[in-house]
Amino acid sequence: MKFLNNELVSEFFEDKLAVAGLVIFVILSLLALFPSYVTYQNPYDLTQLYLENSFRPPGSDFFLGTDEQGRDIYSAMIYGLRISLYVGLASTILSVIIGYTLGLISGYYGGWVDTIIMRIADIQLSFPAILIALIIMALWGEGVGKIIIAITIVNWVYYARTARGVVLSEKEKDYAQSAKALGMGNLSIIFKEIMPNTTAPIIVIATVRIANAIILEATLSFLGLGVPITEPSLGSLISNGYQVLFSGYWWASVFPGMLLMVLIISINLIGDRMRDIMNPRLKR
Amino acid sequence: MALLEVNDLKTHFFTKKGIVKSVDGISFQIEKGEILGIVGESGAGKSITGFSILRLIDDPGRIVEGEIIFDGEDLVPKSEEEMQTIRGNKISMVFQDPQTSLNPVITIGDQLIEAIVYHNRNVSKKEAFERCVAILEKVGLPAARKRMGSYPHQLSGGMKQRVVIAMALLNDPRLLIADEPTTALDVTIQAQILYLMKKLSQDFGSSLILITHDIAVVSQLCDRIAVMYAGRIVEYGTKEEIIFDPKHPYTRGLIACLPKLNDDTDRLYQIPGIMPSLLNLPEGCYFKDRCELADETCDVYPEKQVFGERVVFCHKVT
Amino acid sequence: MLKYILNRLFHSFIVMFVISFVVFFIMFKAGDPVQLLLPPDATQQDVIEMRHALGLDKSFLQQYKAFLENVAKGNLGNSFVYGQPALDVVMERLPATLELSVLAMLFSILFGIPLGVISSIHPKAWYSRAIMFFSLAGISVPVFWTGMVLVLIFSVLLGWLPSSGRGEVYLFTSAFTWDGIKHLIMPVLTLSFFQLALILRLTRTGMMEVLMQDYIKLARAKGVPRKVIVYYHALKNSLIPLITVIGIQFGQLVAFTIVTETIFAWPGTGKLIIDSIQNLDRPIVVAYLLIISFIFVLINFVVDVLYTFVDPRVRV
Repeated sequence: MKFLNNELVSEFFEDKLAVAGLVIFVILSLLALFPSYVTYQNPYDLTQLYLENSFRPPGSDFFLGTDEQGRDIYSAMIYGLRISLYVGLASTILSVIIGYTLGLISGYYGGWVDTIIMRIADIQLSFPAILIALIIMALWGEGVGKIIIAITIVNWVYYARTARGVVLSEKEKDYAQSAKALGMGNLSIIFKEIMPNTTAPIIVIATVRIANAIILEATLSFLGLGVPITEPSLGSLISNGYQVLFSGYWWASVFPGMLLMVLIISINLIGDRMRDIMNPRLKR
Repeated sequence: MALLEVNDLKTHFFTKKGIVKSVDGISFQIEKGEILGIVGESGAGKSITGFSILRLIDDPGRIVEGEIIFDGEDLVPKSEEEMQTIRGNKISMVFQDPQTSLNPVITIGDQLIEAIVYHNRNVSKKEAFERCVAILEKVGLPAARKRMGSYPHQLSGGMKQRVVIAMALLNDPRLLIADEPTTALDVTIQAQILYLMKKLSQDFGSSLILITHDIAVVSQLCDRIAVMYAGRIVEYGTKEEIIFDPKHPYTRGLIACLPKLNDDTDRLYQIPGIMPSLLNLPEGCYFKDRCELADETCDVYPEKQVFGERVVFCHKVT
Repeated sequence: MLKYILNRLFHSFIVMFVISFVVFFIMFKAGDPVQLLLPPDATQQDVIEMRHALGLDKSFLQQYKAFLENVAKGNLGNSFVYGQPALDVVMERLPATLELSVLAMLFSILFGIPLGVISSIHPKAWYSRAIMFFSLAGISVPVFWTGMVLVLIFSVLLGWLPSSGRGEVYLFTSAFTWDGIKHLIMPVLTLSFFQLALILRLTRTGMMEVLMQDYIKLARAKGVPRKVIVYYHALKNSLIPLITVIGIQFGQLVAFTIVTETIFAWPGTGKLIIDSIQNLDRPIVVAYLLIISFIFVLINFVVDVLYTFVDPRVRV
């Protein structure tokens, strides 16, 4: 695939900030993948919690302090990071698969299939994402799987639109036309000829939307309509901490918030750089 | 004194992959009222020469050496403000692709009037308007007055190019640089536009530098021709000299490529090979890898050989 | 031109229609309001009677038809919680939300566009990089986090600004009173932070792309001064696509007031919908969705038409 070629990779590494973003993201992912190794408490194991530890400030026995149940903030953050990343990535992968496929079909075959898919997309797009996700979660209830699906439903449109746009322009190009003239079947044309040219724009969009997906999940969880309390993401932790913010227990929400911010900034640094090097209109 | 004298101009681009020596030491002159053709393949440095004269070279490029003496003054050390008074005023330029040369969201009229207003503070809007209409008529744009309110997308390619030419001539420039002015146009329009440019430059008394890859074009219009290859001039002389008595093997190759009606051959001649990358120029003569006459002496860059007013850079000519 | 406007109007109408259908369908599936309205000791007979009274025993399509008729009459049912007509409840709170949204949008545009332009001219300069990093932070931070940090700093730690509620209202808005302004600062900043960053980036990218175009180079070759090239020739081109984005973003903004109003206890529709969802106040939710969709569709329509006036290439 085009995007793996050396030129793009080396161009990416030229920007120190982007590399920093990548490094941070990798570190965070590792933390999220192996939480038990880096935390000294499983905050969801009730046997490990002692109420007398509640509201300890950071710097005491507990690295970043504890919440109202004696839960170690640092450990909760790492587990929360795990959920946040999981939801963000899972929903993005799903939306890409669904959206990309629909977009390809829509663009290539055209006709009423195209019209229907695009009409649905249009109508959906005239609605703000958060509202759609909100309603879905409000009706359906909390749940990790549910919120993944909700976010997928919100985001597939962007990939579909992009894929369709690229397919439409590639379809008319000479290489695709000649493949058809040579008798290549439609599916072959789609997969072998057109698809490789569509990966770049999809990656560009995906880098924007992963961050969006994570923010959306965090926002919904903050409002109490996202992941369940038993599996809190960073958003839920922040919400939890917000309740006690005015009593002065700021660490319960500030630290998870900072982690969330760092996560998203690192993703955006990577995404920004990728977008800059892949944008054909900015090339000399 | 010549209107424009370029001495040993070098414009290099400092990219991450290395230094691209787009223009690497060229010299030529142009007198008042003359038409000079700069010919060469894509990437030979012709357009960059044109941009260098107007000091429109941006990062990562720079004019690293040389003089551009226009009307007695060297343009190279001039400040941006000083150059702004010269551009579009004393020296104008016409670009290659008329489809992209005009700002799509500003009317033709406004773009033209602007060219006048920034160089003549005391011209009233009405006066400027009339001048624009007059010059649009001169370049042969039909319904000129009405067109002043049109947007570029409402005009055809040929019409757009006429507008661009009109814009360049508005302030009576002494020198007009035309960068591949007809390449993006229909063949039928090409001849019209070229003839128009020649006529206008004669009427206005301005000199014209015609940059093109098409040697057939220069053979008709130009007084003098400079042949560029890989950033340098390989041959320079009057039209008659270059066309009828080309000395440099490259020039000969270019002439040989022209289809001749009375020829009885099956295939058109092609110069074998391609121009070397400007990042990786060979030692010695740049053309040697494609030249039939090349030998070991060509491993050293040829010295200038002068024949009267003609200049050739080749070991193999006498 | 007229044809285009009519076409867009028709399209908007269809969209509203579809949305109303979807909203109704969701509400239909969402649960049985009868259980909520009746006291727990109601008999089976009471349930049947109530069902009939509310028209809930009719078929789906019949109910939908009834629903549409009611909407046309402006009757969206009564709120279960407030007892008043749902439409009134929502409309009462709408000005507060619009106040936030409009001010936030204005703020974002006022600062986002100029900063975007400045950072596009010399992208590698130190101030451009600083602006870019600032904008990166802007789009990386969820709305609720911005709000929280502002509250933490300005209310909890410094005690300068009130952390909740809307200030004194004068002439429909609270922006004309000092008390109002004090209450407005943080919510508006919270809401606009993300938007500002987004507009900044879009302006910047748009400008950078435009500045590479041939017509800009030709303008320079004409001797047009730098400032004119950037702020007239280039900006005019990059602002045009921005209009569409701003229109869409306004819709997003209104939706994000949900979060902002929750944090700042702002008495607008956002807080209302959250509360209503939790209280299972169906008529309010329906009314809110319909009104909000109407606003979006209206904005999209206006933007579509406006676009044709602004972009000469699209003008019919």
